[in-house]
Amino acid sequence: MTLASETTATLGAPTDALRKALTSQIRPSRPNPLTAVRVSAWRTMRKMKHYGVAVLFDVTLMPIIFLLTFTYLFGGAFAGSTKEYLQYFLPGVLVQTVVMPTVYTGTALNMDITRGIYDRFRTMPFWQPATIVGSLLGDIVRYVLALTTTMGVGLALGFRPDGGVGGVLAAMLLLLVFAVSVSWIFAALGMVAKAPETVSGSSMLVMFPLVFTSNIFVKPDTMPGWMETIVNANPVSNAATAVRGLVHGDASGSDIGWVLLACGVITLIFAPLTMYLYRAKSRS
Amino acid sequence: MSSQSTLAIETSGLVKVFGETRAVDGVDLVIPQGVVYGVLGPNGAGKTTTIRMLSTLLTPDGGTARVLGHDVVREAEAVRSRVSLTGQFASVDEDLTAAENLTLLARLLGFSRAQAAERAEELLAAFDLTTAAGRQSKTFSGGMRRRLDIAASLVITPDLLFLDEPTTGLDPRSRNQVWDSVRAMVALGTTILLTTQYLDEADQLADRIAVIDHGRVIAEGTTGELKSSVGTGALHVRLVKAESRPAASQLLTRMLAAPVFLESDPFALSVRTDDSERIARALAELARSEIAVSDFAFGRPSLDEVFLALTGRPAEDTTANQEDAA
Repeated sequence: MTLASETTATLGAPTDALRKALTSQIRPSRPNPLTAVRVSAWRTMRKMKHYGVAVLFDVTLMPIIFLLTFTYLFGGAFAGSTKEYLQYFLPGVLVQTVVMPTVYTGTALNMDITRGIYDRFRTMPFWQPATIVGSLLGDIVRYVLALTTTMGVGLALGFRPDGGVGGVLAAMLLLLVFAVSVSWIFAALGMVAKAPETVSGSSMLVMFPLVFTSNIFVKPDTMPGWMETIVNANPVSNAATAVRGLVHGDASGSDIGWVLLACGVITLIFAPLTMYLYRAKSRS
Repeated sequence: MSSQSTLAIETSGLVKVFGETRAVDGVDLVIPQGVVYGVLGPNGAGKTTTIRMLSTLLTPDGGTARVLGHDVVREAEAVRSRVSLTGQFASVDEDLTAAENLTLLARLLGFSRAQAAERAEELLAAFDLTTAAGRQSKTFSGGMRRRLDIAASLVITPDLLFLDEPTTGLDPRSRNQVWDSVRAMVALGTTILLTTQYLDEADQLADRIAVIDHGRVIAEGTTGELKSSVGTGALHVRLVKAESRPAASQLLTRMLAAPVFLESDPFALSVRTDDSERIARALAELARSEIAVSDFAFGRPSLDEVFLALTGRPAEDTTANQEDAA
């Protein structure tokens, strides 16, 4: 039982390095919320950097497969010619490109919780929402990468935006706002899920109806009336319509207004819900 | 800074209920500053839940707890600024490097960029991780990860450090390294509350120990006090064959006129007694009965026996073994 005592007795004296580290009396005042958010976003981006090209692969593979199959398999049937379909479809794919990876926000948060990293954060005296907000904002890098790649492939296939560079940039900006808002839904899910796999698994239940009952793929005017109503009420449709308008240079203020309204509503519901669930962790 | 007269921890009737389970069921602790305090108990005894309440991660359902003079519920912020927690599972970001992990925490604690980098370097050196600074922590061995985890708790030198089962799952060498850091930290003035299910560990490190079982403190004192509360010394016998244990048990009970404990090791048994003459005769009798003994020892009771004496069952869940043997 006392076997270890002889071997460690001499080593028990603190080394100089340990003494130096342990006698540090630096006690900075807590960081302001903005710094805490920035540092948390930095963390998310560092993680992405370590993942390397895998991140790009993850987020662009699906949209590109969709882009190719829908354009070349169904494009002629949907819109008369593949060229014409691409003009309609590409803005929709951009929406899909940013909406799908919002799930990662939820899985990443859940991983932090299940691995106990948030336990450490929660014993630290900084503005607590910072780590969550920062992680959402850090994911913007992911969306920008995905959007740029999908747009690049689209251009290579023959997509021509009538709205020019300005229109494309405005569309991307709107999509970033949209993606960050939608990611709050998965942040909330990430707070309650038992495991990261649960987040990605159950996300399909949300993602599929959201992406498919929309006007991303086809114009809703060929659908039965009830379906048309559903599709037109879907915020993803609003986003696709607004993005189409922006890249082709004929966006109406109301198209964009509806998207921003949807972003506001989603954020106002799910951001406080996420923070409520985060705080509730101290009760169970 | 804090006056030494303020207690590190003072709880009274602390309770936490999860559904039907009273995970912590009225824990009273009084822990002075400057010591290593051990909370000892088997899995599920309520150790982690207690620590999570004391470090403000969980809100108690009953009772009160003051940490360094601050109430853990009403003055949670004040508690958070003075304590640090190293959880049971290394809570470092596996995707980040060791240096990035420490820099991140330093920045979140308010260090400037330059201060954070310097502090990270200092801590890496202190925990022998300088050469691994640029590696993602998911590539680390269990011992390195644990060291990084402890270093991460020390970015701001805490007045009180909670270590939740700091050596569970570590190899002996890494375990000794963690023990050394614990000794060093307490020597430099940090109070440490550590939970463990290893009696050996509590024996090695802790100045005082609380034994917890089913959410309650069932004994408290120095290791010496706990051992002497169980009483006398004990004879430990290890047999060559596990099958001969029932016969050995019968013989020892008869010869020593004392109850025999079957230990979790199926080859081992122990008897609490002080009578060296009887012990000599009993050992001779074992030899005569051709019960081969591989090893025997006479000494003060181990904490294992303390636990057994306090709870009526071994610290580890060995009910199956005992039934087999009986």
